[in-house]
Amino acid sequence: MYAGDAYGALGQTQGEIVFSTGMTGYQETLTDPSYDRQIVVQTFPHIGDTGINGEDGESGRVWVAGYVVREPSPTVSNWRSDGSLDGLLVDQGIVGISHMDTRRLVRHLRSAGAMRAGIFSGAALQAENGRPLTTGELLETVRRTPRMEGSHLTGEVSATQAYTLEPSGDFEGSAPVCTVAAVDLGLKAMTPRLLAERGCRVHVLPVTTTLEDIRSLHPDGVFFSNGPGDPGTADREVDLVRGCLDAGLPLFGICLGNQLLGRALGFGTYKLKFGHRGINQPVKDLTSGRVEVTAHNHGFAVDAPLGGPVPAPYGGGRYGRVRVSHVDLNDDVVEGLECIDIPAFSVQYHPEAAAGPHDAIHLFDRFVGLMKGSREDEAHA
Amino acid sequence: MPKREDIQSVMVIGSGPIVIGQAAEFDYSGTQACRVLKEEGVRVILVNSNPATIMTDPEMADATYIEPIDCAILERIVAKERPDALLPTLGGQTALNAAEELGRTGVLDKYGVELIGASLDAIDRGEDRQLFKQVVEAAGAESARSRIAHSLEEADAVAAELGYPLVVRPSFTMGGLGSGIAHDEGELHRIAGAGIHYSPTDEVLLEEGIEGWKEYELELMRDRLDNVVVVCPIENVDPVGVHTGDSVTVAPVFTLTDREYQKLRDIGIAIIRGVGVDTGGCNIQFAVNPETGRVIVIEMNPRVSRSSALASKATGFPIAKIATKLALGYTLDEIVNDITRSTPASFEPAIDYVVTKVPRFAFEKFPGADDTLTTSMKSVGEAMALGGSFQESLGKAMRSIDKRGLGFSWDGARPDHREVDELLEAMRRPTEGRYLQIQRAFWGGAGVDEVFLATGIDRWFLEQINAINHLAMEVREADFLDDDLLRRAKRAGLSDLQIAHLRGMGDRGETVIRELRWNYQIRPVYKTVDTCAAEFDAVTPYYYSTYAEESELKPRRREAVIILGSGPNRIGQGVEFDYTCVHAVQELGRDYDTIMVNCNPETVSTDYDMSDRLYFEPLTFEDVLEIYRAELRMGPVKGVIVQLGGQTPLSLAARLKQAGVPILGTSPESIDLAENRELFGQVLKREGLNAPRYGTAMSLDEARDAAHNIGYPVLVRPSYVLGGRGMEIVYDDGQLGGYVERALRQARADTVVSGRLPSPLLIDKFLQDAIEIDVDALYDGNELYIGGIMEHVEEAGVHSGDASCTLPPSTLSDDQIDRLRQATRAIADGCGVRGLINVQFAFMANTLYVIEANPRASRTVPFASKATGTALAKAAARIMVGESVADQRARGLLLPDSDGGASRPGQPVAVKEAVLPFKRFRTPVGQSVDVLLGPEMRSTGEVMGFDRDFPHAFAKGQLAAYAGGLPTSGRAFLSVNDADKRQLPMIASRLHELGFTICATQGTASVLKRYGIDVDLVGKISDGDGREGADRTAGRPGRNAVELIEDGSIDMVLNSPSSRDSRSDGYLIRAAAVAADLPQFTTVTQFAAVLMAIEAVKSGDYQVVSIQERARRLFAYEHAEG
Repeated sequence: MYAGDAYGALGQTQGEIVFSTGMTGYQETLTDPSYDRQIVVQTFPHIGDTGINGEDGESGRVWVAGYVVREPSPTVSNWRSDGSLDGLLVDQGIVGISHMDTRRLVRHLRSAGAMRAGIFSGAALQAENGRPLTTGELLETVRRTPRMEGSHLTGEVSATQAYTLEPSGDFEGSAPVCTVAAVDLGLKAMTPRLLAERGCRVHVLPVTTTLEDIRSLHPDGVFFSNGPGDPGTADREVDLVRGCLDAGLPLFGICLGNQLLGRALGFGTYKLKFGHRGINQPVKDLTSGRVEVTAHNHGFAVDAPLGGPVPAPYGGGRYGRVRVSHVDLNDDVVEGLECIDIPAFSVQYHPEAAAGPHDAIHLFDRFVGLMKGSREDEAHA
Repeated sequence: MPKREDIQSVMVIGSGPIVIGQAAEFDYSGTQACRVLKEEGVRVILVNSNPATIMTDPEMADATYIEPIDCAILERIVAKERPDALLPTLGGQTALNAAEELGRTGVLDKYGVELIGASLDAIDRGEDRQLFKQVVEAAGAESARSRIAHSLEEADAVAAELGYPLVVRPSFTMGGLGSGIAHDEGELHRIAGAGIHYSPTDEVLLEEGIEGWKEYELELMRDRLDNVVVVCPIENVDPVGVHTGDSVTVAPVFTLTDREYQKLRDIGIAIIRGVGVDTGGCNIQFAVNPETGRVIVIEMNPRVSRSSALASKATGFPIAKIATKLALGYTLDEIVNDITRSTPASFEPAIDYVVTKVPRFAFEKFPGADDTLTTSMKSVGEAMALGGSFQESLGKAMRSIDKRGLGFSWDGARPDHREVDELLEAMRRPTEGRYLQIQRAFWGGAGVDEVFLATGIDRWFLEQINAINHLAMEVREADFLDDDLLRRAKRAGLSDLQIAHLRGMGDRGETVIRELRWNYQIRPVYKTVDTCAAEFDAVTPYYYSTYAEESELKPRRREAVIILGSGPNRIGQGVEFDYTCVHAVQELGRDYDTIMVNCNPETVSTDYDMSDRLYFEPLTFEDVLEIYRAELRMGPVKGVIVQLGGQTPLSLAARLKQAGVPILGTSPESIDLAENRELFGQVLKREGLNAPRYGTAMSLDEARDAAHNIGYPVLVRPSYVLGGRGMEIVYDDGQLGGYVERALRQARADTVVSGRLPSPLLIDKFLQDAIEIDVDALYDGNELYIGGIMEHVEEAGVHSGDASCTLPPSTLSDDQIDRLRQATRAIADGCGVRGLINVQFAFMANTLYVIEANPRASRTVPFASKATGTALAKAAARIMVGESVADQRARGLLLPDSDGGASRPGQPVAVKEAVLPFKRFRTPVGQSVDVLLGPEMRSTGEVMGFDRDFPHAFAKGQLAAYAGGLPTSGRAFLSVNDADKRQLPMIASRLHELGFTICATQGTASVLKRYGIDVDLVGKISDGDGREGADRTAGRPGRNAVELIEDGSIDMVLNSPSSRDSRSDGYLIRAAAVAADLPQFTTVTQFAAVLMAIEAVKSGDYQVVSIQERARRLFAYEHAEG
């Protein structure tokens, strides 16, 4: 039980409580669909200083279930700002709590692991007859919240209608270099934008998309996005990934997309104790030996063996060999997979950043290269 | 990629003396480098001329040369030691410039020494404005539009093109020396003229003015596999226009979104790659237009810096240590983060607290100096604080500054409209007091927008200060200070003392507030600096306080000793005191848990792996008492050491003891015996010792009576110095009247009642033509151990911190030394000293006077330790916990039989030379401040010259203190006052013999001519333009002394002053010599030393010997004798 001041909307909210160590990028964090059903604790004390603006949101709404902040900014100062964070939270009914010892809470989560939690403020602290609710009663409400393990949430966050991004930036008005089918499992806005800026036409497709829908677009490659929930429940999505692999489509996955590829190849996934959420994680690219500082937001990870290539366990060698291509140097968690015999790779972290460093942005070029290479191979064949 | 095996020995160059812009942070970085190299099994050869550093301790390197950082001397060391590599990136700009010179002159190639950490090309690309601009452009970023100028004519052409304001930056200087903002042609000529001079390449960059933009810094590191991390972003609260060293800064960034921050990060990475820093760190500064977000790259330093020390302490990521490992060939992912011990260094620290740095200034030491903060750094130190919020950390940082009258205050009357307008006008000019002006303006009702318009400080920070103000108002006006309000006040960083004042209780109310707070159970908790925002467990106990719920302190088993550090560096309390604290930590750590408390990020003592626990906290009574109470709950505490950190901790002793805290070593009562004039007078009387006569006065009449009673000349000073004038030597009633009049004028009008001052003036007998001596000693209650007897080169009257001195004393007789020893013992015993004592004596006509005694470590302890090969501060720490001098002899910390007062045949001579910051300070019209040495200390640092005899050692001291050292030929300008004229012929004829030509003004010249000494007469400045009275024999007829100095026709100035008047010729000549960087001496005793030293320079036969070797010889001698 932690006491603090009400922040954002009054009321109550429940979800899995996790912490993020990013010192910048709260607007991106709040609007990242992967945070669906999660209460986010910010470890950095001052949040909201730069307000919100019309450019930095990663989706059209705030997805976090609740927000925990030590020192919400009473004021906004930034030339791009067009509103306050507090205003956004109130408008969208996001219940938060502030002015509490957030480090104490984070240390608890670090040792006890991510867990279900609730924030209660205002009338939500009272029973219908005005009697204050007891800690036990509040706890009971929290206990009724579903656990993250076993939750299938992509349907909650995915676009319901397909839409298309045309090449932009240097490629504005040009014929597409490649066409990408991007399956929205909780897609962040930055991701298709980065593909479009590399000359791709990006068809963003709802999670309900079928393999036939994808094939009908004649894409050069298929992309599986990040998203919330337990990858162990995403059987339908895993089937879709396998369908794409079987079709020989070049494939790139990020975050949940990485877990789906892992499962499709026959690996399991598991829940991390408290996850990786922040923008300072060292990931080593085992191919180049280089280390990238990367943005993370994942509570689950792929259970694949570190070391040299192994035959993909699924389907009796159907997908050839696979290797762990990236690893988190803090805790050796698998951060990327690379198929050696088929054109598919994925990373657990966020090369699109937003928020976070741009160290891994070259992966989008790699995907474009993979699609082009695959097309040339076909032409030669 | 593992360590390179081809590097077996590395030479490290330190940063030399502490100067403005290059301070203790390089002892911190150099010490880290040496420790890493030794751990890696590399032979370490260290060169640094500054003895008051931990890095020059004998155990830090295999061969330590306390020698001038001069190319010729460095070459001799290279030739002797034959290092495989040179690491130049940890000793500031001094080391980088030295390495650049060694490379350019072919020394490195000749001896096959590889430059590691940064290549010559990278140094050039980082430091050369034009090359750097190209790097910035290639990185897809913008520099301010700019042009290079090598002359004033070129500068004018640039001004015509780019318009005003123009920023002037000389190439290859540090700390922004010589830079400034020119708003018109006059300012341009003054600033650019000086800048061209200071630049070793005679060039300045002129660029478009970006004053008022937001300023940011990034600290980056890169390894040889091209992995790059940003250790820490720093935001300057003061916008562009104030040097980052003089700005209040915070970490991380507060007013940028992630997108904007990542843009800076991308540019930073592209620049570190473009410059080619491939195994080390760099600092990059950015300006961001607050209206549009346009980013301009200001500059980069391809080395560790003051900011990297700050970033290291702010995050727990040790930049210098890691830079050294990278230079040896490791990659970032191979280096373990030693705070978590489970994660690698190839990450970017996440912090979950707020860091604020506040600079400390010393304008009060330089009357007449312009105190406007500009792009040229003027602060002498800084304090850092960590807190749970900006408000808390700002409050802690401001009280860490330890200077009365600068903290937020609601004393006095609430500012009315007129005063608010005045404050708003005043704060347009950035000064030391700007934040207090802002707070008081808010108190008087100013709006955030008004203050923003006046200062350009981001509204976010202003809102926070305004919020502190509102809370203070609430505290002030509440009927009753309840639990909630007091808790909020503490969370906002208000001290008990501030709250007491707000409640109208004055200083004494602090106790009441504390007791109330304790009754409410409002106590700070201690959190860990862990680099990772609690994501991983931290092993290293590096703590800061905050008002929150959970404390992370862990129980201890061993008994603890708490050592109080010295706080921000200031003139008179610098790195020497950090040195002594670190020694106590090192020595007592063998038997106790050592707990270090300090708030100075530049220091070795605040390196988190020096002590068993580190509290990065203000050194105030409130903060120290809380730490003591918190530690008492964690395990046994033996006590607190207050005598090693200088005056700051010493002044807390009595109150701490009253509050039940055991004080180790000399008791507060004994401290009082030495510090209280009257009590100390009684001690001296009892022991049969003389003190100069003295008196006090509140008015002019009283002052005259006292002076007559004592006899002129007298030394006058206020008993309470605040921003005003300090001490002065007064020779007659007229001068005394002038002094008292100025004191009355400077005192606040409402505090002067009928010609009486609010606090007394202290008037002492001034000992004219006396020899002054500093004695450092240890006393255990039984045995006295003389650490060193240091004879001043200058006569008494020059502050002991500014005087050069020699050990062993050069002119004292055995009898005099014996009398000093006995007197020191009598004082140590009479006061009840346990540990260190420093006594200042003077011999006038062979009568011994005791000037003052300080029952604590003095600034000469490191010098005396290095000169005598002993560890005085370590021994002192042992004595403070109850051991004897004899025990320390047995431990090998002290000489086995004799002591530092004994003289030995063939003993080398050590000379300490002070380094003065006059170049940094100018009057508002741009003239240099006066350079005369006096009773007010003004030096920032010191060097040691060590050689076979006094002339050689003195010459080395000059070489170490001033680039180039003494001239061996050329033209000397000579001018002495009437009192010194008798010594003039000797000096002048010797100068002639040495091959100098002499020029002088009328008075001096006529004396010399009567003695038949050739002299060129030069005109007086007061003769109008000087053309009239000039002699034909002068090199350029018709030019006066100032003009000759300015056009480079004079090589040395010997000028003993006859007047302190700022309109006098003497002042103008001294000012010109400072501006031209000429060797300049102002006392006649110095002249004699200089003449002998010039001879030594000419002989060119310096002894270059490591201190390890010297110590071996000394101990061998001692053993042979014993």
